[in-house]
Amino acid sequence: MTTLEFSHVSKRYRVRGSGHMLALDDVSFTLRSGQTLALVGQSGSGKSTIAKILTQLERATSGDILLDGKAIPRRGRALRRYRQQVRMVFQDPFASLNPSHTIRHHLERPLRLDHVVPEAEVEDEVHRLLERVQLDPAGTIDRRPHELSGGQRQRVAIARALASRPSLLIADEPVSMLDVSIRLGVLNLLAELQRESRLGVLYITHDLATARHFSDEIMVLHHGEVVERGPADDVILRPQHPYTLALRNASPDPDRHFAGDALSESAGSRP
Amino acid sequence: MTIPTTEALATAEAPKPTPAGRSVAARFASSFAMFRNGKSITGLCILGFFVLVAVFGDLIAPYGPLEKDFTALRQAPSAAHLLGTTHMGEDVLSQLIYGTRGVLLVGFLAGIFATIIAVAIGVTAGYVSGFTSESLSALTNVFLVIPGLPLMIIVASQYDNPSLFLIAGVLALTGWAWGGRVLRAQTMSLRNRDFIQAAKANGESLFRIITVEMLPNLTAIIASSFVGTVTAAVLGLTTLAFIGVIPITNLNWGTILFWAQQNGAFPDFWWWYVPAGVCIALLGVALSLINFGIDEYVNPRLRSAGERARALRKRGIKPGASVTAVRTEPAGPSTITDTTHTERAGATER
Amino acid sequence: MTFFLRRAAFYAFTAWAAITINFFLPRMLKGDPVSAYIAKNQGRISPEAADSLRTLFGLDADKSMLEQYLDYWRLLFSGDLGRSFSKGLAPVTDVIAAALPWTVGLVGIATILSFVLGTSIGALIGWRRGSKADFIVPLSTFFSTVPYFWMGLIAIAVFSTLLGWFPASHAYGKGSRPEFSLDFIGQVIAHGFLPAATIVLASLGGWILGMRNMMVTVLDEDYVTVAQAKGLPTRRVLVDYAARNAMLPQLSSFALSLGFIVGGTIVMEMVFSYPGVGKLLLDATTAKDYPLMQGLFLVITLTVLVANILADVAYAVLDPRTRQMES
Repeated sequence: MTTLEFSHVSKRYRVRGSGHMLALDDVSFTLRSGQTLALVGQSGSGKSTIAKILTQLERATSGDILLDGKAIPRRGRALRRYRQQVRMVFQDPFASLNPSHTIRHHLERPLRLDHVVPEAEVEDEVHRLLERVQLDPAGTIDRRPHELSGGQRQRVAIARALASRPSLLIADEPVSMLDVSIRLGVLNLLAELQRESRLGVLYITHDLATARHFSDEIMVLHHGEVVERGPADDVILRPQHPYTLALRNASPDPDRHFAGDALSESAGSRP
Repeated sequence: MTIPTTEALATAEAPKPTPAGRSVAARFASSFAMFRNGKSITGLCILGFFVLVAVFGDLIAPYGPLEKDFTALRQAPSAAHLLGTTHMGEDVLSQLIYGTRGVLLVGFLAGIFATIIAVAIGVTAGYVSGFTSESLSALTNVFLVIPGLPLMIIVASQYDNPSLFLIAGVLALTGWAWGGRVLRAQTMSLRNRDFIQAAKANGESLFRIITVEMLPNLTAIIASSFVGTVTAAVLGLTTLAFIGVIPITNLNWGTILFWAQQNGAFPDFWWWYVPAGVCIALLGVALSLINFGIDEYVNPRLRSAGERARALRKRGIKPGASVTAVRTEPAGPSTITDTTHTERAGATER
Repeated sequence: MTFFLRRAAFYAFTAWAAITINFFLPRMLKGDPVSAYIAKNQGRISPEAADSLRTLFGLDADKSMLEQYLDYWRLLFSGDLGRSFSKGLAPVTDVIAAALPWTVGLVGIATILSFVLGTSIGALIGWRRGSKADFIVPLSTFFSTVPYFWMGLIAIAVFSTLLGWFPASHAYGKGSRPEFSLDFIGQVIAHGFLPAATIVLASLGGWILGMRNMMVTVLDEDYVTVAQAKGLPTRRVLVDYAARNAMLPQLSSFALSLGFIVGGTIVMEMVFSYPGVGKLLLDATTAKDYPLMQGLFLVITLTVLVANILADVAYAVLDPRTRQMES
């Protein structure tokens, strides 16, 4: 059971000419293996910043990030071990894979880097990973990314993240750039993998509906601050903060009426 | 030479998907896709011709380059001497053939040296940030601004018999900066791409990120820079030889022109000085064609621009700046709007 | 503002680097003809001249490298670049000052002409893609790879020796003295025509091609389509929207190619015996006139630097994004 604590983290960016921009303001949450936490917010709310800090692509300005009680290491083998435990799936399936390399390369690298399996078993492990994400190994392994569809690429990205057998997965808007018709398939895959491997998943999204479908807990981020948090159903059905309310009302719902009280609830906070 | 943009790189036409388990040959060939268009092939053919001449010079040349025939001084082209003779009875054609070696050797050597330096400095400067990047960039710019030929003249005049390597080295030192700058710009735009971030997040080392992840995506630019540097080196070498700064022991086309000028070949003995210049220009054209081919591969807009416009003109539509045109008469099934629609769809389809 | 400061800092650094390279240049050169020369001409060199020569060439064995370096800077600031061996011990600054205007005039006019002409032609060709005008592309490619000097030689052979239309060499007729008379100016133009024309022809190809490629890329942009859809006259779209944006990379490659232009000019001056700094450098090399060589290298480098600065300023004026962009 792995626990990741994001504790009172703030992130300031220096802006050319006019000082600072506060991307995150005193954000705290806990992510445990076996749990799914959704992070919901609009563009610019700070969601990707959290993802970058968790993968150490950026450093927090203040606050602590603790994995099993220990602060994230800055360098060396300890950082390598941290990276093995916490992996990310990126948003854009067209950009997150290197166009010059085969799928085999993409999956072999993490296996070799983290010595997940002995050299002789690497090929088999690549096949196994592809099967786990419901791709045909023989048909995929020697292709390059541009020969695959968006959904297939995203599955490869998930396989790459899982290669090192992490305990925590950060999914940064994994389906936003996919066709609507295949989003459910990829999300269900993620859910199944999460159950199988008891992963802790931080599901970052701007879409409340999938957040509810997919996760146990929801956290709402607005301008770098956490404005609401709680079990998924509670947050969706009984939102407390006006922003959450506005978010919820923004998603089209055929059961709601277009005139009358339903709309007036959101007065004053038009999205 | 256009400086390709990242979107152009991203939308470069991809090779068609092949069945899984492609052979090694197929994969090797696809990495040379940039050479597969008409311009590149023409350029490569001309270049290949010169390479053959250089390699088989001994077999092809009718005479030795400095073989003198005192009975045939300053002769116009004839059956015995296809390009005539010099003031000492030397066969111009043979001199040209033997001179090819010097030109190609030094040109390519200089290109290789310069490209290695440009890649090392340019890519590193693009990937790292902060002070290292700024200082490497400043270094590149300094080399760009300092004029090459005066420096080469001063340095080359110091040595009585500079070796090929030395000449190539000096040419490389004055010529790497252009490619270095382009590579830095390209690397800077690459480093923010997601797949590089993903490699970082997976814990890849800096060295591996640069060599394994970034470099393969930079091959087109590197190839283009290499070809450009070879062109510059060839011109630089022949210029230096013509000026007389490089000793005549290194026979190349510039040396021929040097002798021609020194010995009063102008204007009457055209067979002496015209072919050498034409060869230089021809080699330059070949290299430029190869570069155009690479440019078109990287920026597909260049490729189809002319063809699309011609196709439209055939249909009676004047293509202006944009391709969307409205016809006033009723048209058959394949209307312009249909074509543009599929073309645009084809261009944006992922 | 920071943008200009950064560029200014860069140029200051480059100038410093050029001067420092110049400082080390003679110290890297083989042999020591300077001492021999000084020894041979003891009576004819004034003590100050001899001193400055020693400083320039590092013959002060008793001074440390740093002291020599500082002395060198002091010399430069007082405008003393030494004495020229091959020009009767005239001050190098004077010798160069006599030659520089010719080069700047010839190259400046020819290059600007070539740039303007090439960019306009390239813009037109790019605009009318696929038309018959496209044949200019391979033609200009050929011309852009022909070596400058060869074209110059052919030009002399054809237009001067054979046809007698233009004089073959020098900037003005023998025996004329430089003055501001119509006759003299006429001579300058006559003598300068062939060299200028050769430079223009040789460099035209590069500008045409570059501009054409940029135009083709720019014309695919949506803002050009919008401009046309708004009903703006074609010429306005071509000039104000398309060409103006396509020209920006041309400007920066213009700045970058200045070093290359210098190279071509040197040879051009040799071919036409044109009394500019290029020919001066070649003569100095043959005569092993080290002070002159060193001074010329410095002057040429700084001139290219100044030209770069001007081009950069022009770019910043034309492209508002540069002023905001991170360099």
